[in-house]
Amino acid sequence: MIEIENVRKSFGPLEVLKGINLTVPKGEVLTIIGGSGSGKSTLLTCINGLEPIDSGRITVDGTEVHAKGTDLNKLRRKLGIVFQQFNAFPHLTVLENVMLAPMKVLGQSKAEAEAMAVKQLSHVGLGEKLGVYPTRMSGGQQQRMAIARALAMSPSYMLFDEVTSALDPQLVGEVLDTLRMLASEGMTMICVTHEMKFAREVSDRVAFFHKGVMAEISPPEQLFGAPKDPELQKFLAATH
Amino acid sequence: MFSYTFHWNQAFKALPQMLDGALVTLQIAILSMVIGMACAIALTLFRLSGNRVLGGFATAWVEVARNTPALFQIYMAHFGLGNFGIHLSPYTALLVGIAFNNAGYLAENFRGALKAIPETQTRSARSLGMTPMQAFRYIVMPQMLRIAFLPATNQMVWAILMTSLGVTVGMNTDLAGVTQELNARSFRTFEFFALAAVIYYVIAKIVTMAARLFAARMFRY
Amino acid sequence: MFNTALTWSDLVFLAQGAGMTLTVTAVSVAAGTVLGIIFGVLRFQLGPYWSAPLTFILDLFRSVPLLIQLVLGNAAQSIFKLGWAPFTTSCVVLSLYTAAYCTEIVRGGIGAVPVTTRRAARSLGMTWWQDMRYIVFPLATRVSLPSWIGLTLGVMKDSALVLWLGLIELLRASQILVTRLQEPLFILLICGAFYFIISFPVARLGGYLEKRWSPND
Repeated sequence: MIEIENVRKSFGPLEVLKGINLTVPKGEVLTIIGGSGSGKSTLLTCINGLEPIDSGRITVDGTEVHAKGTDLNKLRRKLGIVFQQFNAFPHLTVLENVMLAPMKVLGQSKAEAEAMAVKQLSHVGLGEKLGVYPTRMSGGQQQRMAIARALAMSPSYMLFDEVTSALDPQLVGEVLDTLRMLASEGMTMICVTHEMKFAREVSDRVAFFHKGVMAEISPPEQLFGAPKDPELQKFLAATH
Repeated sequence: MFSYTFHWNQAFKALPQMLDGALVTLQIAILSMVIGMACAIALTLFRLSGNRVLGGFATAWVEVARNTPALFQIYMAHFGLGNFGIHLSPYTALLVGIAFNNAGYLAENFRGALKAIPETQTRSARSLGMTPMQAFRYIVMPQMLRIAFLPATNQMVWAILMTSLGVTVGMNTDLAGVTQELNARSFRTFEFFALAAVIYYVIAKIVTMAARLFAARMFRY
Repeated sequence: MFNTALTWSDLVFLAQGAGMTLTVTAVSVAAGTVLGIIFGVLRFQLGPYWSAPLTFILDLFRSVPLLIQLVLGNAAQSIFKLGWAPFTTSCVVLSLYTAAYCTEIVRGGIGAVPVTTRRAARSLGMTWWQDMRYIVFPLATRVSLPSWIGLTLGVMKDSALVLWLGLIELLRASQILVTRLQEPLFILLICGAFYFIISFPVARLGGYLEKRWSPND
């Protein structure tokens, strides 16, 4: 379970998170929608400790993320994160990209890591691309590799930060399909996304962020069908 | 710890002499840059001309300048030309050597700068009726000099530091030469050369800062 | 055709000079690169403020003529009664000189690795050291290699200055022969050819690598 209690964060004079309270139980698929600058992506990078918070607490399975004694490297093995920019390691093949962390971080043997890597890469549909260098693949393929790379660590939670925003439109579908598949397999997911249709179909709950505040959170039928918050109403009107 | 007493006073007393030497150093550096720049522009034109002889000559100059030591180039000017009956003074040999070196490196900087200027610039100029030489002079060269300004500044600093090589061919009026003479007379090697080092450092920094200010003023667009 | 007083033993003498040049270069580049990597990582991690003292000292090595540095180095080791041979002094000074330039190359190389790629590595649970070793180091090396090759060639050319401390490297050996045989042009041409034959192909290789590895689109 991920617990976010009263989290505040500023970048210099700009406050991007103004007291966020949110609990994500195991198995839930939560999507976060909202305009740019609403703080959604920042929240994800705070959850895995890439960004510090100014006040409040984030706890993952009982471990407080920003506590002094927390071993972040260990915590991150539980939290898979996929970013908007695919961040492929350009000097390694697709297979090596996915194998690296399991070997060096989890201490798996080459055989173990390779087996897991092949499994995850096939799972996301890249079984034929194992020996290829990422820069030779399309954006959609690189993004799926990034997903496989995160999955190879057997995380308990997966965080997706606008993973389709940097893709050409025709490549968005294949990545969303992968996310749908993961959701149906019971993975706990927090997805920041602009894809409203996807959010509607896949989520257990949808959260709407506006200017650093979580303005509304409810199951998709309710949020999209009968939005209460006026900003949310404006947002939905504009994106339809 | 050591039984050497530093005699800084001697060094400071010689400061005026060393500063005179510094002036000579600057003089040589500036002259070598002016000559070097002129040659570099000529070499660039040679390479652009499409003429195989001129282009080959220019490339040979550039490659020799960049692939052999500056000290070697100075030695050639001082000793090598002796074969042809040309005996250059230490001052002249130093100047010729550094200018030769500058020309080579600057020509290469210019080549890089030219690559950054799109072909369309020349085409537009020619479409307005300019001759190739006019197009180069009014459109391409100004932009080339602008882009190459920073590397050229570095080359200027190099030239200042290179003048110190003059001591190997008997130069005794530039900063390094003066310092060496003072050293030979008093054997206070460390003090004199440390002071010289400070002077070189200050000159180098002033040149770099002045260049940056100049660039900020001139290249404002 | 050629009327020269140059004998085979003279050529051997020149070759020994060349050997000295290469030895001094190799030692200095090796030591300088190791130091350059350490200082480069340090400068990058500490950021501009905290690394200012280090930056200042390294900048000294790049703003004072190498000849002066060698003289000062020699004077210093004499004052501190270190008893170093000219070869040792030359290598120490040249190594520090190389390190000063190498630091900037390394720092630039590390900076060229996108922050986002490094974040992805850390997000997978890799430690700072693992990120450095498996992600930053390969990528930074690729970016830095052409500049490093340029630096190595520069040091080889600058190594001629160690003649001032009495070492008989190639240029000094040539000069000795010139004084004895009075055939300046011929001997110096051989000397120049040596430098050229080593430097030119390696420089071309560096240029080729730079083009090949430059980020395309």
